Amino acid sequence: MKLALPDRILLQVEKPARYIGGEINAVYKDAGTIDIRFAMCFPDLYEIGMSHLGIQIIYEMLNNREDVWCERVYSPWIDLHKIMKEEKIPLFALESQDPVRDFDFLGITLQYEMCYTNVLQILDLSGIPLLAKERGNNDPIVIGGGPCAYNPEPIADFFDLFYIGEAETGYAALLDLYKAHKKNGFDRTSFLHEAGKLPGIYAPSLYQTSYAEDGTIASFRPLYDDLPGKIRKEICMDLTNAVYPKKQIVPFIRVTQDRSVLEIQRGCIRGCRFCQAGMIYRPLRERDVNKLKSLADAMLKDSGNEEISLSSLSSSDYSALPELVDYLMECAERQRLNISLPSLRIDAFSLDVMSKVQDIRKSSLTFAPEAGSQRMRNVINKGLTEENILNGSKEAFLGGWTRVKLYFMLGLPTETEEDLYAIPQLCNEIAKLYYELIPKEERKGRVQIVASSSFFVPKPFTPFQWVAMDRAEDFIKKAEFVNRSMHEMLNARSIKYNWHEADVSVLEGILARGDRRLSDVILYAYEHGALFDAWTETFSRKPWDDAFPACKIDPDFYVHRNRDPEEILPWDFIEIGVSREFLLKEWERAKEELVTPNCREQCNGCGAAVFGGGICHAR
Amino acid sequence: MRVRMKFSKTGSVKYIGHLDIMRYFQKLMRRSGIPIAYSAGMSPHQIMSFALPLGIGDESLGEYADIELTRSVISTEALNILDAQSVPGIKILSFKMLPDGALNAMASVEAADYEIVLQNNRIPDLASKLSSFMEQEQILTIKKTKKSEREIDLKQFVFHYESTDDTILVRLKCGSVDNTKPELFMDTFLAYCGLSCSDSDLLIRRIVLYTVVNDTFVSLDDIGENIG
Repeated sequence: MKLALPDRILLQVEKPARYIGGEINAVYKDAGTIDIRFAMCFPDLYEIGMSHLGIQIIYEMLNNREDVWCERVYSPWIDLHKIMKEEKIPLFALESQDPVRDFDFLGITLQYEMCYTNVLQILDLSGIPLLAKERGNNDPIVIGGGPCAYNPEPIADFFDLFYIGEAETGYAALLDLYKAHKKNGFDRTSFLHEAGKLPGIYAPSLYQTSYAEDGTIASFRPLYDDLPGKIRKEICMDLTNAVYPKKQIVPFIRVTQDRSVLEIQRGCIRGCRFCQAGMIYRPLRERDVNKLKSLADAMLKDSGNEEISLSSLSSSDYSALPELVDYLMECAERQRLNISLPSLRIDAFSLDVMSKVQDIRKSSLTFAPEAGSQRMRNVINKGLTEENILNGSKEAFLGGWTRVKLYFMLGLPTETEEDLYAIPQLCNEIAKLYYELIPKEERKGRVQIVASSSFFVPKPFTPFQWVAMDRAEDFIKKAEFVNRSMHEMLNARSIKYNWHEADVSVLEGILARGDRRLSDVILYAYEHGALFDAWTETFSRKPWDDAFPACKIDPDFYVHRNRDPEEILPWDFIEIGVSREFLLKEWERAKEELVTPNCREQCNGCGAAVFGGGICHAR
Repeated sequence: MRVRMKFSKTGSVKYIGHLDIMRYFQKLMRRSGIPIAYSAGMSPHQIMSFALPLGIGDESLGEYADIELTRSVISTEALNILDAQSVPGIKILSFKMLPDGALNAMASVEAADYEIVLQNNRIPDLASKLSSFMEQEQILTIKKTKKSEREIDLKQFVFHYESTDDTILVRLKCGSVDNTKPELFMDTFLAYCGLSCSDSDLLIRRIVLYTVVNDTFVSLDDIGENIG
């Protein structure tokens, strides 16, 4: 098979197997018999992108069509990036190794804001004009999707289209439309206009924003009357019968997720107020347990993977979890399978399961209280009490575990010093419990409590979408306060505390709630060296610090300002089902420290019932 | 029951390193349903061992892996199912039962044949240059390993050589002692010719690995017998 890169280059770069394709279950077609060449890109390293389920679903779905060949594209690491720039080698898709610029579509999944400069790298190396308005009839249609497409405005200038919502339902219409246009002499402008009328499709160049004197948005509207003013997300209501990648690609090199992934449900009943995924994927929809069993069998057989992982926002809420886990454990015994169960609430059931599927001595228990005090947890609607945590820990210590991981956020709305101090106190309580519970002669050294904190970033479509984010220096002060307080605890020697970088979090905050004017900033940062911003070893502040003044943009406007509930937000034209009124009500309840029951306990009228299925209509 | 598989590694899969090839085979075994035995203990793993690692970028027609089976499988059938589950660049060439007490592949390796193609810059009179190089009394060169650098006499580790227009065939000592890499041989030879050559101008292909039985080189897969 031919390769786009010569041996000379492949032998110089780190992990050349990232760039060769040809893995088990990769799809090969005869390009001559295909109407639409689709390059599906995850703008990060191969090892990261290959671990993403969404891309695999789209890959399977598109390749199920005889008229489409979907191939994969990932970001070349900086070593290869330099060589490709110097030698003007065009970026290629892994399967055919053909240049991306010759494709009909370039789809880019937007999983986190810090990949935006990588998006520009993909376009740049492909030889596709970075700005959508400079593209011609022969350039691919560049379409973005994924969670960051729920506020596509900061990157609006780089995309021809955005797909808002879940891929399963809307791609067929888009591809059919493209084929029809191609048959009748393709004109980019008219195609984009027609595409913009399809459900879930947003054509940013056909919308105009005007700004008020204070910099807020005065109006946002389509340029043509036949385009929708609001775009409702696409959603797949029947997950059981939806397409699923039974034949998952098996990478040659070890990727982050070196296992089969079983998505058991989509959406979440919990309604944590900081969590964007918990809102944009509403309502909760489960996949039928029998379907999951047969998918698990097929996936393991066709990949040869020796581990399977359940995927969802909160696995414990899957109603048939015991049945599914029993089935997988039976398989595990027969086939020497490892089972990985992330996002489980720690209780008697989950501990029993974990003790069967994991080596207790090596594994640790994970809690995500997110906040130290009950008051703060009420504000964020994290329905986990100190009693839950201590009971879970107690069961775990009695079961033999000696390591506990805890995740917290700093900088949550209304946070006080007492709330921060509660973090070390909680860690100390857990350590104390261990020493009270386990007699000295049975202990194998100290209990290990590892607490990590990240900085809270307000996201669109959450009840906190209006709030000001802390400044980087406040974050660091808070982290240092927590760190000092940890050392004051009686059991300080059993506790380890880590915290994240603050600069990247603030930048993420700017990009998350930004508007169209940020496209200039992102472009400037990329052109001045920003790339792989999500990686600590490659992130550099300077291109970004320079970009804001150079583009005459005040970054504080986007993050450190409390927004008025009346303000037009850049993402207001997107409808996720959950209403703005509900989000606002939740923000009010947050300030009153009121917990809102989960969707299974009680319907709170968030608006997601409009989709006519899932948990909203389960009873 | 122990089985030795011989396989080839050609084309773009030459960029897959040794550890990843091991992972590839673990998954290949599971996909194909070959009844491989697992070790006992807390974290059981497949009983599988590979002969001499191949350099990244080198091709091979002679790679070997030993596995242990829980029950017998007919060789031709095993080859068929493995072929259906593998990528074209990794082809299982033989599947043979090892006699009792046979040394494992890695422990028995004594020599390897390499075919080295000079891809871009041909050497005029390659055959005579190679002979005069090999006819030196000593061929001193520096062998670098992760831990040390030392001078060796390459000549004693070259068992055989021949050449055509642009291709050298050479049999080198290898295994756990005095392992001699084809890259070292070529670097030394090219330096002798007054040339330097980056690795990528050479296509190195391992042809076969040998063990020694009664002072004779025997291909590693000739130790076993087809299961019929």
